[in-house]
Amino acid sequence: MTLAAAVGHLAADSSTAAPAPHGFLSPTGVEIAFLLVGLVTFGAAVVTVTTRQLVHAALWLVVALGGLAVEYLLLTAEFIAWVQVLIYVGAVVVLILFGLMLTRAPIGRSPDADSGNRWAALAVAAAAAASLVWVVVDAFRTTWIDLDGPAAGSTDVTGASLFQNWVLPFEALSVLLLAALVGAIVLSRKAQPAATPAGSAPTRPDAANVPGGNGETGEHGRNGKTGESGKPSEHRESGGNGGNGEHRKTGENRESGKADEAGKAGKGDDR
Amino acid sequence: MHLAYPAVLSALLFCTGVYGVLARRNAILVLMSVELMLNAVNLNLVAFDVWLSRAAEETLHSGQALTLFTIAIAAAEIGIGLAIVLAVHRNRGTSDIDKLRDTAEGHGPDGPADPDDPDDPGDPAVPGGPDTDTPATGTAAEKAEATA
Repeated sequence: MTLAAAVGHLAADSSTAAPAPHGFLSPTGVEIAFLLVGLVTFGAAVVTVTTRQLVHAALWLVVALGGLAVEYLLLTAEFIAWVQVLIYVGAVVVLILFGLMLTRAPIGRSPDADSGNRWAALAVAAAAAASLVWVVVDAFRTTWIDLDGPAAGSTDVTGASLFQNWVLPFEALSVLLLAALVGAIVLSRKAQPAATPAGSAPTRPDAANVPGGNGETGEHGRNGKTGESGKPSEHRESGGNGGNGEHRKTGENRESGKADEAGKAGKGDDR
Repeated sequence: MHLAYPAVLSALLFCTGVYGVLARRNAILVLMSVELMLNAVNLNLVAFDVWLSRAAEETLHSGQALTLFTIAIAAAEIGIGLAIVLAVHRNRGTSDIDKLRDTAEGHGPDGPADPDDPDDPGDPAVPGGPDTDTPATGTAAEKAEATA
């Protein structure tokens, strides 16, 4: 016990005396590890923004975000590191991959991944990087982070500060997450009736058969006209109530067309 | 640890994200670059919080709390952003942000008179044929959706 106290005292003494030999040319082990993981992270980020294969970009983003989680661990912010792994690597990247699949991203190389202004973008990014790095290095040249002692970002410390000092923003953030959830659902559902013209576009020849079939009954002009005017509304209504399309094929063309238009107007008012 | 290491890494990651936002055409790649920029800011927040918690005896841990809030807001942002990108993809058939020029100056109002516009609703408008009804309802649906 006393030995441990003595060792701890000695360690405390050495840690208080430690800031003297700081320097760029004598990096500690933590600094070397940070530098190596930082190089991997930065390289993965560069590949993410330059590769022409979209799915590979998402997978390299996983490497960059995981490297950042390791950097948080090296900075003794453990809770942030695991939250980073859970939310970014676990949720955000999966969401991005789903988005890539749902927008039918090409699997191989896509030649138009970069726009024409990539050289201007490169110039802007290089200028911003040069100025930022210069300012940051010049400002914090003589500043060291003391990583010894208890962790600055353990779950204990983070939870205590979060629920003592930051309770109100925390709860407001939960409301924001709920609003984002509802907003994402509403955006996805609003696109549903608008997606039916694109989805039912291959059925357009079937709909074009309808005025032809009615042409056998004799009223060429009117039936063709009502068929033409009622066609988009049929496409629109095909998602909601499919009964109108079948009803039209029974022959009461004009009335069903009017009913469709009434339904369309009602739907327009509904929006 | 020298504070310059995380600060420089954060600056480099942020500028990488800036390059990605400016140079990419696919909307999802732009969102990924935005995620990189947010992560650079998070690294800065964590590094300065760890520094100040020792150097200035700061017990509020504002940097880590703000990092958690930023992560949650980034999750909400990517959800909403991907929902918007999917809605645009359903309406226009593309997620290429260079082709979404309805609000650009010098292209006229978005409508069938616009030379760019037949490309915009995507492939289903091409066999539309005789009536100009389909693009009109398409743009009407988009407007209704935009105002809703």
